[in-house]
Amino acid sequence: MAATTEEVPIGRTGGSPGPGVPWRVKLRNDSRLAAILFLLPAVLILVGLLGYPLVLGVWLSLTNETLAESGQFVGLSNFTYLVQDPVFRTAVFNTVLYTVVSIFFKYILGMALALLLNRKLRFKGLLRAVFLLPWVVPTVLSAIAWWWIFDSQFSILSWIGIHMGLIHHNINFLGSPWNARWSVIAVDIWRGTPFFAISLLAGLQTVPKSLHEAADMDGATSWQRFRHVTLPMLSGITAIVVTFSAIFTFSDFSLVYSITRGGPNNATHLLATLAYQEAIQGGNLSEGAAIAMFIVPVLFAVTLLTYFKVSRRKW
Amino acid sequence: MTHSMSVDEKVPNLEEESGGRFVGWMSRIGQRNWGKDPEEPEGTDYLVSLPRRVVTLWLPLLVFAIVLLFPFYWMVLTAIKPNGQLLNYQKYSPLWVHGPTLSHITHLLFHTDFLTWLGTSMFVCIVATAISLVVSVMAAYSIQRIRFRGSAMVGNLIFLAYVVPPSILFIPMAQVMINLGLYNSRWALVVTYPTFLIPFCTWLLMGYFKSIPYELEEVALMDGATRWQILRKIVLPLAGPGLISAGIFAFTLSWNDFLYALTFISDSDKKTVPVATLTNLVQGDVYQWGPLMAAALMGSIPVVIFYSFFVRHYVAGMTGAVKE
Repeated sequence: MAATTEEVPIGRTGGSPGPGVPWRVKLRNDSRLAAILFLLPAVLILVGLLGYPLVLGVWLSLTNETLAESGQFVGLSNFTYLVQDPVFRTAVFNTVLYTVVSIFFKYILGMALALLLNRKLRFKGLLRAVFLLPWVVPTVLSAIAWWWIFDSQFSILSWIGIHMGLIHHNINFLGSPWNARWSVIAVDIWRGTPFFAISLLAGLQTVPKSLHEAADMDGATSWQRFRHVTLPMLSGITAIVVTFSAIFTFSDFSLVYSITRGGPNNATHLLATLAYQEAIQGGNLSEGAAIAMFIVPVLFAVTLLTYFKVSRRKW
Repeated sequence: MTHSMSVDEKVPNLEEESGGRFVGWMSRIGQRNWGKDPEEPEGTDYLVSLPRRVVTLWLPLLVFAIVLLFPFYWMVLTAIKPNGQLLNYQKYSPLWVHGPTLSHITHLLFHTDFLTWLGTSMFVCIVATAISLVVSVMAAYSIQRIRFRGSAMVGNLIFLAYVVPPSILFIPMAQVMINLGLYNSRWALVVTYPTFLIPFCTWLLMGYFKSIPYELEEVALMDGATRWQILRKIVLPLAGPGLISAGIFAFTLSWNDFLYALTFISDSDKKTVPVATLTNLVQGDVYQWGPLMAAALMGSIPVVIFYSFFVRHYVAGMTGAVKE
């Protein structure tokens, strides 16, 4: 795509060559060197601290290395052990549930909020800025606030519920596996909805008004306009937002670690929190690395999807 | 649309001429953050009556606002509630505070290591952001403007690097840090953060560099400027908004990091704010909710201040990164 563009912008304009060497040749040689020199720091850092650890992670998952001592190649035994481990199976189940449910709601609620913010509004800029706060504030810090909101004895949600006559006893939000799962999912939806909303809003603002006007003229209802004009125009940005969110929700760590630390009884672990517990707290590096490897296939599938979506765009 | 745009562009200029620089600047700040967006209402919106508007627009917005902002209200409220009211829901309504106190905040500032943690976070995030910006500017310029053979592929690889989550990397990275002798050191974070900041910033800046006219560079090249000079004197000044977006985003991304900081740092005085808040302030079974919420609040404030100054750049960065 870019292979031939090298000469296009420069070769177009004529000009006097420098002394001796024709300037076009000089320029191209200069450019190659410059291109390499400019890229070098980024490439060195990314290969050394991203590429290498990635490969090392794969290697670790095939050994029996611990934090204390170096290990040996043991083949796939970490993986065969893991697939029979009930805690690991629960973590896989949780991760899938967490990702699917929260993305579904983040999309629905984000779209609703985006449509509201796209209307003619006073204080639109202020509202947009304020609604983004859950996304901006560091996850761990807002998660601690949620942890307090979910307190077993002094939960403000329980208090409000009791006062409104909706419930009669405190809800033990984090006490049982299913309560805890729904609670962390709710917090993730809370945190991610603004990201969906603002991204979709940016998409909405690029939909040409003439399309809506034309649909209006043809007597389309507002639902039909949404379904047949807005949604198709948003398909690109939706695909990208969903895939991004899928990657970072599937590999999430902070939120669940802050609120439940995987408890009660290892029932709310995600892959990342379980990997941390095994590798860093338990010192079993290789098993932790093997758990983290299970994130890769999903990452790969999802990335390929975005990759084709993105690289179709001309840049 | 074009009409309203052109009017909009004229406003700050007029004010700058009549009211001097400061007024012009203030008005632009006003427009940037809180002003009404120049977009026109959608289609038939003007036909919708007021009561209907309240029910279909303002009521849902109010519900969103309450749900999205309540945790912050609760955080602030807890941070300034005297201990006597904190858990006594019978006598005092928990949703309000009578006689707010700063004691939790002063306790946090003067009887814990919070200021040290804040300093560490600042140091790590600023250094990592600075390094990443410099490296990314060069990389993005190289990929987008010099356009060597294979630059498209490098661009896509950088994009792929961005989507590798820390959850996959932190275990081998811990080993790398042990081998480098950086384990339990702030420098471990300074070295690690660019791995996710550089791909992001590069990708974002590529979009901004694309919009700079080639003609400017051509002229400079023919006048004998080197690529380095062109980057510094022509491209960078024109890519200002892009740099601000990338910088803000990089800062908030690194401030937000939890996993690496939790994994690499164990000494209390070297921890970052999010990690220290969760691991040092939470002790025993009786949680000190007052100081804890004060810490959550104080730890959020730098990011929120930063963000509120540059909302538009932040949103542009976010949507730009997603769209590009």
